[in-house]
Amino acid sequence: MTSETTQTNQHTIAVLVDNEPGVLARVIGLFSGRGYNIESLTVAETRRGRHLSRITIVTSGTPMVIEQIKAQLSRLIPIHEVSDLTMEGPYVERELALVKVKGAGEKRVESLRIADIFRARAVDSTNETFVFEIVGTSNKIDAFVDLMKPLGLIDISRTGVVAISRGTESLEGDD
Amino acid sequence: MTKEQMNGSEIVLKALVDHGVTEVFGYPGGAVLPIYDAIFKQNRLRHILVRQEGGAVHAAEGYARSTGKVGVVLVTSGPGATNAVTGLTDALMDSIPIICLTGQVPTHLIGNDAFQEADTTGITRPCTKHNYLVRSVDDLARVMHEAFLVAESGRPGPVVIDLPKDVLMAMGDYLPKNKVALKSYKPQLKAPTKTIKDAVAMIKAAKRPIIYAGGGVINSGPKASQLLTQFVKATGAPCTLTLMGLGAFPATDKQYIGMVGMHGTYEANMAMHDCDLMIAVGARFDDRITGRLDAFSPGSKKIHIDIDPSSINKNVAVDLGIVGDVAHVLEDLMKVWKASQAKIEAKALKAWWGQVNKWREKDSLKYVQTGQVIKPQHALCRLQEMTDKLKREVYITTEVGQHQMWAAQYLAFEKPNHWMTSGGLGTMGYGLPAALGVQIAHPKALVIGVAGEASFMMNMQELSTIAQYRLPVKILILNNFYMGMVRQWQELMHGSRYSESYMESLPDFVKLAESFGMKGLRASKLSEMDGMLEEMISHDGPVIADLNVDPKENVFPMIPSGAAHNEMLLGPDDKASESNSQTGMVLV
Ligand SMILES: Cc1ncc(C[n+]2csc(CCOP(=O)(O)OP(=O)(O)O)c2C)c(N)n1
Ligand SMILES: [Mg+2]
Repeated sequence: MTSETTQTNQHTIAVLVDNEPGVLARVIGLFSGRGYNIESLTVAETRRGRHLSRITIVTSGTPMVIEQIKAQLSRLIPIHEVSDLTMEGPYVERELALVKVKGAGEKRVESLRIADIFRARAVDSTNETFVFEIVGTSNKIDAFVDLMKPLGLIDISRTGVVAISRGTESLEGDD
Repeated sequence: MTKEQMNGSEIVLKALVDHGVTEVFGYPGGAVLPIYDAIFKQNRLRHILVRQEGGAVHAAEGYARSTGKVGVVLVTSGPGATNAVTGLTDALMDSIPIICLTGQVPTHLIGNDAFQEADTTGITRPCTKHNYLVRSVDDLARVMHEAFLVAESGRPGPVVIDLPKDVLMAMGDYLPKNKVALKSYKPQLKAPTKTIKDAVAMIKAAKRPIIYAGGGVINSGPKASQLLTQFVKATGAPCTLTLMGLGAFPATDKQYIGMVGMHGTYEANMAMHDCDLMIAVGARFDDRITGRLDAFSPGSKKIHIDIDPSSINKNVAVDLGIVGDVAHVLEDLMKVWKASQAKIEAKALKAWWGQVNKWREKDSLKYVQTGQVIKPQHALCRLQEMTDKLKREVYITTEVGQHQMWAAQYLAFEKPNHWMTSGGLGTMGYGLPAALGVQIAHPKALVIGVAGEASFMMNMQELSTIAQYRLPVKILILNNFYMGMVRQWQELMHGSRYSESYMESLPDFVKLAESFGMKGLRASKLSEMDGMLEEMISHDGPVIADLNVDPKENVFPMIPSGAAHNEMLLGPDDKASESNSQTGMVLV
């Protein structure tokens, strides 16, 4: 086999599903049962009352595995659409993280300075701690987290990636 | 117009009747008592009482496979549902349409570890095509109709409907079946014209084509088998079938080169290996078919026709995937083929058949019957000869093991839906209840369950069901006193250390039959065999025939696991290469 067919790549996949009990378990069970990777997964109902949820999955695999993942997802009965954003053209991808840093003196000041560069906001502060809110690509959040480590990072909560295609494409269609 | 009000149980039964169901295989219990009460009060549905819920699912599988209809199962909550799990998994692997109704504790008790509560939808999620927990009687009719749509369309499969007892007792409206459609589920039946044209172009250019067809042809309906036959004739190519595909193409046709795969014929496996174009029709490149993947048919282009997009490029990368129903695709393919007066170059085809016939001359299914010790292969050949003479329809089910492979190799299937076996899951205990289900569907037919003595014992409680409904099923046990297939692998791969594979303390099968009021027969010498088989066939009630066969016989030819198609063992004197047996050891 050529290196092109055996190389593992990361893909961001958007999935539109009926918002019904068990649907997330079906998706997660599919990934664990068939041994696929989940790097991140987010899910929420998109518009109240339409009973549709959107799941964004970041996964990785060879081209054949990625093709399988999409085909297997499409096979689940409550799934309406599966879109491989990585393959299907330009898209925007964002993640939000809340990062708690504990420190005093120069370190505390330094954390504020870095937060400013990253356009992270302090959404909570005590005498000893800040909670920063940062939005961006996962890489940007990774970089921010790395810089905060020596400054007293004690807790992180990340949403996982949400993503949407650029331009006029739509997964849901209009109402 | 006022809507029809009825209770949940009546909605369930009405939906079954509206979908043409006439038989239900089941076993009662607390959570489904309301349904049993509704069954008691009507006479349109016949309930077949099995002896264990696992038997109900296999019976429904046999029923479904032999009729093309959905098989329906009814079991109680908790242990009733968990007992059904093996059958559901079996049906999923072999794409058999099943609706399994499971009782559930009342909705307000769900999650409380109530008596006989099990998380049935959780447990069956990975072993069904889809499942439902019905939380309100208002959803019940819709779910029933959806379940039929899901179970029988596209790639068929099992669907579980979990029914809390309060939902079964609540009053609700009946929604007619034509009011239901599923937005997110629309299997593609017809393939795009372009892929059909591309396929024709590839077939025309082939010099060494082979058609490899599987269970998907059977699932697509009898018309698909007819179209497959036309297609094989039109191209002139050799045709091989998978274990699940037997009957999709007539076994006695000259273009049939036998079963493919681990215990397929030499000519079929060699032709798969050396072809330049493989046309897979409703077959899924299972590991029992491909052998070692990186050595699988290395020089061929591949076309794959399948209704399930996820089957395409799963195990083997193909050059052209055609997503669609086999009958639809073959019909379109034949149209384009005829319209363009396509032909495969005659000279090339002749040379290819020359090669195939050379492989055929090896006669890879030959066996030697001498003396009085019965060879199982010979028993099956004689059975085939005897049933050939009958005017009746003959249906065969099997258990799992050596006898299953011999039945696949030595019995000849001319038509689809006459061969019922557990292929994907390989479930011992499938054959006896499946035979029962087939006989329910075809009361006049000759139904023969070819069994191993070990598998037979896995669901032999269903003898009682057979007795109760006076089903004239014939169980032919090829009794080798071993879990023969296990013994074979121990001999070939584990230095003949026969660990726990000998069948100690078997019952006296003749007396066992008699204890259920059936006929029991036994033959242990060749001179007794024909008479016993004839008596079994002609007896008009159920029979258990205990045929004592050579305990040492192995199934050949064989592609040892981890080996390629052109590395077959043809008989006991062939040895697997050392490196292959090392890598093969870890495979199943
Ligand atoms: C439920 C189940 N358990 C275990 C196995 C593993 N297995 C495959 S074949 C076989 C032996 C079958 O013995 P028998 O029914 O006597 O058939 P034979 O091979 O002797 O013809 C076993 C144990 C299986 N397929 N199914
Ligand atoms: Mg045996």
